[in-house]
Amino acid sequence: MLVVRDLHVRFGQAHILQGVDLAVGPEPLAIVGRNGMGKTTLCQAIMGMVAGRGQISLDDTDLAGRAPNRVARAGIALVPQGRRTFPSLTVDEHLRLVDQGPRARWTRARAYETFPRLAERRRNGGTQLSGGEQQMLAIARALLMNPRLVIMDEPSEGLAPVIVDHLAGVLRGLTAEGIGLLLVEQNLRMATAVCDHVAVMVTGRIAATLQATELAGNEDLQRRYLGVAAGHH
Amino acid sequence: MALAATVVLNGLTLAALYFVVASGFSLIFGLMRTVNMAHGSLYLVGAYIAYAVFEPLYDREAWYAWYLAVPVGMAAAALAGVAMQKLLLGWMQGQELRQALVTIGVSIVVADQLLAHFGGTPRQFLAPDALFGTTELPLVGRYPTFRLVQIAVAVAVGLGLWLLLARTKLGLMVRAGVDDQTMLSACGVNVPRVALAVFALGAALAGLGGVIGATAQPLAQGMDGRFLLTSLVVVIVGGMGSVPGTAVGSVLVGLAEQIGQALFPTYAVILTFGLMVAVLAVRPQGLMGRSA
Repeated sequence: MLVVRDLHVRFGQAHILQGVDLAVGPEPLAIVGRNGMGKTTLCQAIMGMVAGRGQISLDDTDLAGRAPNRVARAGIALVPQGRRTFPSLTVDEHLRLVDQGPRARWTRARAYETFPRLAERRRNGGTQLSGGEQQMLAIARALLMNPRLVIMDEPSEGLAPVIVDHLAGVLRGLTAEGIGLLLVEQNLRMATAVCDHVAVMVTGRIAATLQATELAGNEDLQRRYLGVAAGHH
Repeated sequence: MALAATVVLNGLTLAALYFVVASGFSLIFGLMRTVNMAHGSLYLVGAYIAYAVFEPLYDREAWYAWYLAVPVGMAAAALAGVAMQKLLLGWMQGQELRQALVTIGVSIVVADQLLAHFGGTPRQFLAPDALFGTTELPLVGRYPTFRLVQIAVAVAVGLGLWLLLARTKLGLMVRAGVDDQTMLSACGVNVPRVALAVFALGAALAGLGGVIGATAQPLAQGMDGRFLLTSLVVVIVGGMGSVPGTAVGSVLVGLAEQIGQALFPTYAVILTFGLMVAVLAVRPQGLMGRSA
């Protein structure tokens, strides 16, 4: 589905992505790594939100160097770090912005069914929502674009454990539907609950791809790649 | 008492014209952060081209001459605005200073071209019979009908903009774009195309203001500078990018000008800028603006 080859991103002197190789098939893939390793930049580079050099393609469509709206039209949706919901728009307006009509797989009605909390808040503005509600809104906004692949950058950040579990259930549902998933996570529990494979990012490169069970059960690996053991996070 | 009422009404009719022109300026700034220093030129372009269509028709006593001039002026200004955005400003999106300088350059070129083609003689549209003459009003007495039409047009423009921004998909895109253009693009929206639509709309409003304004008072060279300056003051007072703010700013500036001219004509202009200074001192983002 998504293939990334030798992707480089530089901000001035800083070489943020140093040749990322990545493939996401029908199986969801998690990316973990410490802060500052380039995970968010990778998401933005795939989406066309920052300029990069290298190959990016979705199925047979070449996406390198395309504007974000072209990447979105090609079938990739992003749930960005920090949610980036629109303060001026209500919940319902966010969904209307990306609504693809009643025949699409993901409709507004389905989004409200999946996230009942959003239905209660449909008339509230983007700034009146709690962190968890904003996250649900960002996810609903991405799903309503009916993408073939969703990139989620730290979706569990700042969420209560019960909401994280609900979210993990929603994400597993996406996989069952055949929607691809690239999940960037610091929360190992979330990553391993959704994905069987975990790629570890170190200084702008994919350093290793592991079985989720392998990483979850091995504190040495966790210390080496994440700097913390899962129990402390 | 009657004099006071007349001065207030004069202020409001002037405010109506300012609102029509400045709302376009504010709309363009709100989405694109472009300070369009050629907004006054769009006013002139709309008015002069509309006049070129109006004059021969009026000479033949066609009743629709003025009614046709209105859409012609709007379309001419919209086209000029789109050309400016597409050919010049689109290439330097996000570079506000460069855009401001380029639009100043455009305004100088446009002013000279208009002078070359239309000469320096002032012109004035004649309102159609239905909108001409005077209307009897309580307190004020007989008052020019067209000035009341000006208020009606401003109210219609305000309502139209509110409906557009609150109720349509384009309005959603514009508001989301004011918040976060990159994220709007990641939602699949072609942001440059939205920007072009907004520029066309903002420019069309300047053109509408041009025809309305040149019906109420003569059209002459130098009006571009006056309306640009007024638009700037209005949106600074009201708050950049806010339609209600532009309405409030227009009313305050219109009233300040007319009251100043009634009370101390020589120093009237000081009142307008005093108003701006006072607002900047107390609320730098404008009365209804959001802090950046």
